[in-house]
Amino acid sequence: MVFHGKIVKNTLTALFAVVPFITFANFANDTVKVQPEHAPVAIHTEVAGHAEEHAPASKKDAIDAYIQHHLQDSHEFIFFSDEAEGKHYGFPLPVILVDGGLKVFSASKFEHGEKVAEVDGSYYKLHHGKIYKTDASGDLKLDAHHHPTAEKPFDMSITKNVVTMLLVSALMFFMFVGLAKSYKKGPIPTGFGRVLEPLIIFIREEVAIPNIGKDKYRKYMGFLLTVFFFIWILNLLGLTPLGTNVTGNISVTVCLALFTYLITQFSANKNYWKHIFWMPDVPVAMKIVLMPIEILGTLTKPFALLIRLFANITAGHVVMMSLIAMMFVGKNLAADMPISIGLTLFIAVIELLVAFLQAFIFTMLSSLFIGMAVQDHHHEGDHDGHHDEEPIII
Amino acid sequence: MDKLVNDFSLGLFFWQAVILVVLILLLVKFAWKPIMTSIAAREEGIANALASAEAARKEMHNLQADNQRILQEARLERDAMIKEAREIKEKMIADAKALATEQGDKMIEQAKATINSEKNAAMAELKNQVAGLSLEIAEKLLKNELSDKGAQTALVEKLLGDVKLN
Amino acid sequence: MEGTLNLIGAGLVVIGAGLGLGKIGGSAMDAIARQPEAAGKIQTAMIIIAALLEGLAFAAIILGKS
Repeated sequence: MVFHGKIVKNTLTALFAVVPFITFANFANDTVKVQPEHAPVAIHTEVAGHAEEHAPASKKDAIDAYIQHHLQDSHEFIFFSDEAEGKHYGFPLPVILVDGGLKVFSASKFEHGEKVAEVDGSYYKLHHGKIYKTDASGDLKLDAHHHPTAEKPFDMSITKNVVTMLLVSALMFFMFVGLAKSYKKGPIPTGFGRVLEPLIIFIREEVAIPNIGKDKYRKYMGFLLTVFFFIWILNLLGLTPLGTNVTGNISVTVCLALFTYLITQFSANKNYWKHIFWMPDVPVAMKIVLMPIEILGTLTKPFALLIRLFANITAGHVVMMSLIAMMFVGKNLAADMPISIGLTLFIAVIELLVAFLQAFIFTMLSSLFIGMAVQDHHHEGDHDGHHDEEPIII
Repeated sequence: MDKLVNDFSLGLFFWQAVILVVLILLLVKFAWKPIMTSIAAREEGIANALASAEAARKEMHNLQADNQRILQEARLERDAMIKEAREIKEKMIADAKALATEQGDKMIEQAKATINSEKNAAMAELKNQVAGLSLEIAEKLLKNELSDKGAQTALVEKLLGDVKLN
Repeated sequence: MEGTLNLIGAGLVVIGAGLGLGKIGGSAMDAIARQPEAAGKIQTAMIIIAALLEGLAFAAIILGKS
């Protein structure tokens, strides 16, 4: 009876766990539609290749394209657009290209991707959020997969995500410097600091000290606290109608995970390297087998870290935008609207939790990896614990 | 995976790295260090205050125990003193009683002896007087008998009457 | 065809991850029921392991959907 119940429980949980992935998988399919890979679906000709973004075949495709566009970084900060008139309300951001010298110009030259920008005799075209070097005609030389083969100059533009990150950095700086100053007046912070201080203590007590250890945690607190608040605030900003998707951008998460990786490797002690290259207490044959696995393990850890954050936030954005879009796809607005709003509200609340959880998990796992690199193995028992843990952490 | 690699923007990565490094350095210098120091100092202060409160409580406890002990000692001493006093009192009373009894007995004894001796003396005197009187009477009687018989009898009568009065 | 196979593989990984998550959640609930005073610690450990597993599932999807 109990066994039976357990199976049902596990199956149900598995089903629920799969639900977000199904939506995520749909999104993958839709991508294929926007950029057709198979012959029957490829209804657009190559010439009409980039016209599809502005003239989608159906409402559904339009929404897919919109979501895709939202998930990507952008060279302009658009708050909302009037599709019928083709007007976009927002402001362009500076574009900085390194292409035979530094080229700085406003993104308004692209006219929202519709025109070829001419700067100092070179021609640039915006295609799906990326800048390609082209000629006066704007031909991107699309390949069979609709990927442009044209050359991409090194794009150092102050994009939407960079602006958002700068804003969040400034916000964090003022918040925490304010908190630091409020300690000069008395031992207990005043105002908003009362909210921030428990969070700092939470990171210290629940994340840093248990994972890194009481003696060594202090050195890494700066990184952990900065990363925690940075990710959390960016996650929360992604839920606002500002329409930013910073932590759901692979470049950002790669950078964050790379920091964790570098800090882990540079603070690792002799013991850590010994466990990687010459695992103690196992036969020599096993040592040789374990070496590449362990080396790979050091890379898979940050890889999982960056994929987790990216995929969670992206999936959240896709689900929320899809639910909102339900309103426009459905035939009966009066019936669809309450369902759409209700579901979106529900997911939004969950996303609030996820926003915190992902920031927490990132910080937690970072401190866990750092802790594994710096901890001393004095006891035999620790070795066993280490072996048990190792395969899980990828 | 292809799409992800295609999405990866080196420019954004570059800016993110720059922003993160600068942010970490700035926050460590201006925020985290003073905040962590203040929190640690405050926690240390709280720990110290707690420890001193605990110490004060212990001292208070000790003091109270001391007071209790002193009080107990004083009480015992008082009890002992009272007991002693009571004993002394009883002893004094008993002694006084014994002394008084002894004295009284002695006095009674003396009085008895005096009475006896007085009585004996009185008796002796009385005997002497009676003997003297008897002699006088006998003398006078003898004198009167020699002269008048009637007068002699009267005289004896009279003398006897005197004796009775005596 | 290859893409479809990749997606099927990713789906299999997701099923496995789902089962794993179910097991983690169930065991954590059992543990909390047994020792309610250790609920905080169990929850933290549960979230970490769930996150690791989730990372695996996401990695499979991302690698599979190419």
